[in-house]
Amino acid sequence: MYVAVKGGERAIDAAHALLAEERRGDTAIAELSVAQIREQLRLAVNRVMAEGSLYDPDLAALAIKQARGDLIEAIFLIRAYRTTLPRFGASRPVDTGKMACLRRISATFKDAPGGQVLGPTFDYTHRLLDFKLMAEGGAETAAEAPEPASVDPAPMPHIAEFLNRDGLIETDAPSDAEPGDLTRNPMQLPADRALRMQALTRGDEGFLLSLAYSTQRGYGRTHAFVGELRIGMVEVEMEIPELGFAVTVGEIELTECETVNQFQGSKTEPPQFTKGYGLVFGQSERKAISLSLVDRALRWQELGEEGQGVPAQDQEFVLMHADNVQATGFLEHIKLPHYVDFQSELELIRKLRAEAQAAPARADSPAEETAE
Amino acid sequence: MSPGDSDSPYNFAYLDEDTKRMIRRAILKGVAVPGYQVPFASREMPMPYGWGTGGVQVTAACLVPEDRLKVIDQGADDTTNAVSIRKFFERTAGIATTETTTEASLIQTRHRIPETPLTEDQILVYQVPIPEPLRFLEPRETETRKMHALEDYGLMHVKLYEDIARHGAIATSYAYPVRVGDRYVMDPSPIPKFDNPKLSDNAALQLFGAGREQRIYALPPYTKVVSLDFEDHPFQATKAEHDCDLCGASDSYLDEVILDDRGGRMFVCSDTDFCTRRRAAGHVGCLGEPA
Amino acid sequence: MTVALTGAFADPPRDAARAFRGALRALSRPGTIVTLAGAAGPAPLSPAAAALLLTLADATTPLHLAGAHDCAALRDWVRFHCGAPLTGAEDAAFALGTWPALAPLDRYRIGTPDYPDRAATLIVEVEDLTPDGARLSGPGIRGQARLSLPETAAFRANHDLFPLGWDCFLTAGERLAGLPRSTQVEAA
Repeated sequence: MYVAVKGGERAIDAAHALLAEERRGDTAIAELSVAQIREQLRLAVNRVMAEGSLYDPDLAALAIKQARGDLIEAIFLIRAYRTTLPRFGASRPVDTGKMACLRRISATFKDAPGGQVLGPTFDYTHRLLDFKLMAEGGAETAAEAPEPASVDPAPMPHIAEFLNRDGLIETDAPSDAEPGDLTRNPMQLPADRALRMQALTRGDEGFLLSLAYSTQRGYGRTHAFVGELRIGMVEVEMEIPELGFAVTVGEIELTECETVNQFQGSKTEPPQFTKGYGLVFGQSERKAISLSLVDRALRWQELGEEGQGVPAQDQEFVLMHADNVQATGFLEHIKLPHYVDFQSELELIRKLRAEAQAAPARADSPAEETAE
Repeated sequence: MSPGDSDSPYNFAYLDEDTKRMIRRAILKGVAVPGYQVPFASREMPMPYGWGTGGVQVTAACLVPEDRLKVIDQGADDTTNAVSIRKFFERTAGIATTETTTEASLIQTRHRIPETPLTEDQILVYQVPIPEPLRFLEPRETETRKMHALEDYGLMHVKLYEDIARHGAIATSYAYPVRVGDRYVMDPSPIPKFDNPKLSDNAALQLFGAGREQRIYALPPYTKVVSLDFEDHPFQATKAEHDCDLCGASDSYLDEVILDDRGGRMFVCSDTDFCTRRRAAGHVGCLGEPA
Repeated sequence: MTVALTGAFADPPRDAARAFRGALRALSRPGTIVTLAGAAGPAPLSPAAAALLLTLADATTPLHLAGAHDCAALRDWVRFHCGAPLTGAEDAAFALGTWPALAPLDRYRIGTPDYPDRAATLIVEVEDLTPDGARLSGPGIRGQARLSLPETAAFRANHDLFPLGWDCFLTAGERLAGLPRSTQVEAA
């Protein structure tokens, strides 16, 4: 006799036990430590911090370990943890002009004050598997590297400032307006640039990469040059009302990208370059460049450009589909039982077919449809 | 029980008090404007979006320590996601649970309305995937919001009419749109249209939570809810034309179960509590055994 | 201890949960009178209104104190327990006072056609609250209900704005009733 699906609780417990076992893998192999992940899989840690919206390398590493390396799952763990944290206040805006740069490049000028600093980049590596890393003790190779690039104490002004000086590029009017926060208030469309930036910086790297790529291929082209890409540490300051001044509460690593784009002009305004902007936690340069391109594409209306009806210009499309925690949840929920809905569809389709077969002479039905 | 008494380091019913206040205000506005979708700042929950986070947040904001909670998915208390959500509230709110509809003070559901009529002392919380009934006709929130504001539901009628032209009937069998109190068109969540008549004039308060889409809406008790239709194609609440093979009920929604690879099948109540109680009362279907 | 520091819930998560369920019941079943106990604030704040504020008001909800409720003791109490910024009638998410003090009523937010939820909630302190008087009908009401209201015309005018309009709680001692904009009100 058929027994209705009973035992859901036992099945869940068993699945959890199996998951823990699978996560550990072969126990003959040493267990991965959170510190190892934090230090040696740092780019994964950076992505989890950026899309999880929480700057905490240890927790991000823990999430990666717990999620068996599934980064979206790790991002989800961080988000669910983050939302339970009390909020003590907001920091002052960080000053990326004072960033202690580990890497700083410009594609628009051969040289500029502060210089070009390559830093730790894959850019000019030959993508050949390095079998030395496979050998135990491959860590020795790291010792051959020069001392970590000494952080240049010389000031590194933003490249855009040089263009600014000649009025060649748009300037952002400074604003003391408090930016919105989509983690505290539901998104309202159309969203202003600050809110868009927040949604994008939390957004899925792959989704933003593809959108940015689509603009390069002509779906909303903005003729972007990387004006500047910089990676490094910045101080985070908080205003302490009791003290009456701001104190440094810590340092975070950021990647900032500013693109110089297609110029704009009108009868009253001489032509000027426009900008796209991206700022992300950690070393995440693919993400930062993608953000700049998508940011610039989304600005078409405020810059008085012609809408081309392309995905990257469609604010609602971009913002409503960029979040991978939302997307993966909804996508994967179709694994859940839907047999009640499916049953109602079964009944409907059976009824429609029965009626269609009972009425072979329906005026709008072609004859062959009713043929046996 | 205070937080210290339980193994849970979390606040009563998991959410912090600021979040609960925000959700509670949204619920009250939803009650004041029946069928209107109130935006709320849905939080990331420790379960995936699409798996009931909206319902869970509404339930968490409504629960009192004295509640007895029932959770169903597809009408059943023992489906895995129902079990998971029930356990979540047992752990984080320390509340009592039940599988018996009549004993529950708050019922969270996915895709069904219980067969047993609800009472004035009950709240039914629905998990909603896509709260916007016009979404599949117009994907833009900016547009659908205007349509609701202007009470412009022409698009929906055109869609239903096109169904009739193509299929001879309205080809929507679940998440069948309704009109609430002669004003808002509302998505009743993906319940089978068989359940639609139960939405109207229900003694219980019905609350709807969509977490990913950040919307809450409500049907106060005894609210008039009409399934959209046409005079010449009236709405019909349909189900499989069978009786339950276990309890013999002729008036409950049925799941079809495939028994073998030779076309053998049986039909059983989707509402497991309803079926169990009928069998306990001595009702037997044609494949059932006396309880 | 000063009055400003006392009168909060003894067990905030659970007491607020119970108070909310009472308020939810009252608003979703107009004409139903519920009891909200466990909170107390400085006069002239009723225990029911105190419970309502503790349950619903916070730093994100501007509060308008009208008439005698706009007193130093109550302002301090609100600041300490809710953190709600005090504001004029036009910007208020919640407005608290007696019926005459809350007038004129066309100052309160009624929402917009796009967002009818962005409307004020009035907390009206009344002398007494009984299930007789004005006749109520609409969502939440089986047939008809009765509730002692300070008047009917203003509620009728507010209902005519539906789906816009403000919503209302009435409080007397520990007793609370709700009257959403969806309710039709007729004189007894």
